Amino acid sequence: MSTDLSSYRDQHFKGSRSEQERLLAQSTTLYVGNMSFYTTEEQLYELFGKCGEVKKIVMGLDKFKRTPCGFCFVEFYTRGDSEHAMRYINGTRLDDRIIRTDWDAGFIEGRQYGRGKSGGQVRDEYRTDFDSGRGGYGKIVQQKLEQPDYLT
Amino acid sequence: MSHRRKRGYEDEDGGYRSKKRRTNEHMEIEDRLESLILRVGEKSTSSLESNLEGLASVLEADLSTYKSKILKILIECAIKLPDKCTIYTTLIGLLNTKNYNFGGECVELLVKSTKDCLKSFRWSDARFLLRFMSDLVNCHVVNAGSLLQLLDNFVDAALEEGVPQVRRDWFAYSVLSALPWVGRELYEKKESELDRMLGSLEGYIKRRKKIHHNALRVFKSDHPHPQEEYLDCLWQQIKRLRSDMWIEKHIIRPYLAFDSTLCEALQHNLPSLVPPPHHPSTLYPLPTVIFRMFDYTDCPEGPILPGQHSIERWLIEEQLRHILMSNHTERKECAAQLLSYPLKNKIPLEYIIVEVMFGEIFRLPTPLCLEIAYGSILIELCKLQPSTMPQVLAQATELLYERIDVMNKTCFDRFVNWFSYHLSNFQFRWSWDDWDDALSQDPEQPKAKFILETLLKCLRLSYHQRVVELIPETFAVFLPDKPAPNFKYSVDGPYAGSEETRASANLMAAIKRKCTSEEVLSLLKQELDPATGEEDITDGVFNPTKIDVFIQTLLFLGQKSFSHSFAAIAKFHSVFKALGSTEEAQICILRSVFQLWKTHQQMLVVLIDKMLKTQIVECAAVANWVFSKEMVPEFSKCYIWEIVHLTIRKMNKHVSKLQKEASEARKRIEDSDSDSSDSEDESRGRRKNKPLERPTEEQVEKLEDKMESAQADQKNLFLIIFQRFIMILSEHLVRCDTDAVDFKTPWFQWTVGRLHQIFMIHHEQVEKYSTTLETLLFTQDLDPNILDVFHQFVALRM
Repeated sequence: MSTDLSSYRDQHFKGSRSEQERLLAQSTTLYVGNMSFYTTEEQLYELFGKCGEVKKIVMGLDKFKRTPCGFCFVEFYTRGDSEHAMRYINGTRLDDRIIRTDWDAGFIEGRQYGRGKSGGQVRDEYRTDFDSGRGGYGKIVQQKLEQPDYLT
Repeated sequence: MSHRRKRGYEDEDGGYRSKKRRTNEHMEIEDRLESLILRVGEKSTSSLESNLEGLASVLEADLSTYKSKILKILIECAIKLPDKCTIYTTLIGLLNTKNYNFGGECVELLVKSTKDCLKSFRWSDARFLLRFMSDLVNCHVVNAGSLLQLLDNFVDAALEEGVPQVRRDWFAYSVLSALPWVGRELYEKKESELDRMLGSLEGYIKRRKKIHHNALRVFKSDHPHPQEEYLDCLWQQIKRLRSDMWIEKHIIRPYLAFDSTLCEALQHNLPSLVPPPHHPSTLYPLPTVIFRMFDYTDCPEGPILPGQHSIERWLIEEQLRHILMSNHTERKECAAQLLSYPLKNKIPLEYIIVEVMFGEIFRLPTPLCLEIAYGSILIELCKLQPSTMPQVLAQATELLYERIDVMNKTCFDRFVNWFSYHLSNFQFRWSWDDWDDALSQDPEQPKAKFILETLLKCLRLSYHQRVVELIPETFAVFLPDKPAPNFKYSVDGPYAGSEETRASANLMAAIKRKCTSEEVLSLLKQELDPATGEEDITDGVFNPTKIDVFIQTLLFLGQKSFSHSFAAIAKFHSVFKALGSTEEAQICILRSVFQLWKTHQQMLVVLIDKMLKTQIVECAAVANWVFSKEMVPEFSKCYIWEIVHLTIRKMNKHVSKLQKEASEARKRIEDSDSDSSDSEDESRGRRKNKPLERPTEEQVEKLEDKMESAQADQKNLFLIIFQRFIMILSEHLVRCDTDAVDFKTPWFQWTVGRLHQIFMIHHEQVEKYSTTLETLLFTQDLDPNILDVFHQFVALRM
């Protein structure tokens, strides 16, 4: 079902697995991923506002640069509204990119920062494709490319 | 209906069984039976007929042990799977030949279930059951005469005087909607009774009032396609069917193959079913209009689109709408099911789907689902049929644009919302040049306004430069302003050197220094209040300059994002409250916000929403501000109405919340009173079930007072809004009359349309105050152009 939990579980969650499951099952907060670094809060309000009244949006930020790094949390007032977002927004486009929504146990201060070594999201460390909306190549690939003798 | 195995724990046959193994086995068999019954008719290597025969044999063997469960499943199928009606009636027909008593019990349970549905206002379910019982005549399970008796009872309900027309209409509709299945049989067996019944219905349908019709039309004009009232349309379709001797070729009738077996069976008479009487609190389904946008000339070479008065059109639309309503929570499954419509090769399916979908998007007063549900299902349809669906949608968009001059304004908004959303999923690609006829139009004309408002919505879903790039250069006139704050107190701005600019600069510095609200207030007082030595906050007195400097400066500082502005409002909330102590002061606040963010409509909407939520401004203030002289140039812009509707919705939510609290508290008192008089419960330690304390009578009364006060505010809000509408519309009509010009200006059309929209979007809440509105505002002396809007709304429930 489109409102089911994905298989992702936040490994940094402070609490038991069953506590996490309980929170996820009643959550009104969604994680939104695969956003462009340039997608704004305004665009998110407009799209997610079509599913109900948005309570809060927290943009995901690069830990060092404090600039958006391609994810966010969207919190609704009701579970029903967030279920609508899972049903009708997950897998559709925002800012020309297909975004993904998933249940989140709830925003806590600190969770808005990327957990990748370079400051952004972990997935941007390891990916090998070129994505102009997410800073180009993945970080590890970028570092390799910058080495003077890489291409010789 | 779920195809998953249901754990049915009730056991109506033998009562509680002590042996666990037998219970489990019993449940497993019940599950298997359920699965077999649910799945019959699905894709199979064997024919439908042989599957039905096989299933009938299996069930016959289990009838003695599992009869109740089987009956229950069959009733559920009748209700939840109306598109498989004829499959299940055939099954019951076959079972009836093998076991007459079982047939009888089926029939009895069907009638009982129909009664239950009517009593609990499950109108769709009742209608499907009526259809099912009618089809059982075709399977020789039910006697034609007894069905006619039941249908006559429904027709009597349609003819009953002194009850709301919506009730009568529903009964007429439900009878007509059963006739495609059983019309032929009734014609063959009971022609004169059938004719008499149809005569009565025709008389009713023709005689009844249709004041509500215009309230529900998507298009004002009946050209090129009539926007028929729903009962009128079905009546025409049934009339056509009758003139075709009740022969229709659309419904699959498995019972025909078993005719020789079935006609051996003994028939049953339906137990008497008299519809429950009308009660004032009963809510009947609202009337609708049949939305039409295509005819056969719009479709390419290939299968022909059935005519608007053909019964096939109605049958197909019924089924598609049912698929939509059963699957709308799973958009991918919904799209797949819509596209696997069984007779898809005989009809231009994409066209009918698109027409049905837009009919739902444009449904008045309100759609049944969220607008984005339909939008995302349409996107899934495009993904599944990439070579046809997008083109049909493009064609539909063109058609709607062509007819937009006569489109209802409420539907106009929905069209803008849908189109901009759809474009945002397809890189905003569109052949804008095809619409260059709009370039020469007055911007208030619907076509020009449509492009403008669509681009404004596209802006919200993207960014300004993107919109610049997606339109041709010739369309620059439709380009939205680049959203930017219009800060008037900048050091080199229009008020350079003034005390306001100096105050603003000082305020900005103080805020950056992280000053408190008290410090802000005293700074404002120091800089901008005349040194009178008196208390400056007196009743009704406010300083507009103080307000303006504060608002402009603070929100200018918070311009970076919504979150920044929200944080600013939260931090200095008490300043807002102190400055906005009266409605006039609050209107001043709104004015300042507007002047700063005029070019960023979305920011205005979210800021006003936030200020309402944090009670910085009252709903009435927003309403009065929207209708103020200053806002006249903005009045017809869509975002203004976004603001009006969110304001009303906030008020509605507030009232509902208090109603709920008050009635729950009242119930807790009543429950605990009845409990304390029952000593048995106390001895069983019932206190465990009631963690909440019994509130005092005083507490409950306080909640009820709060609720009543909120309801008074709600009524007042509607009165303000409607009164303002009446005033500006009346003024316009009088002025035009004096100047001897046509009053039907674009402004007039928009304004009447917006008035109509208030009634549509908030019909449930407005309904509560109908009498007050009729007595105080919408009086007989009002110009009919205004009064008609009110009468059409009231007619929705009459």
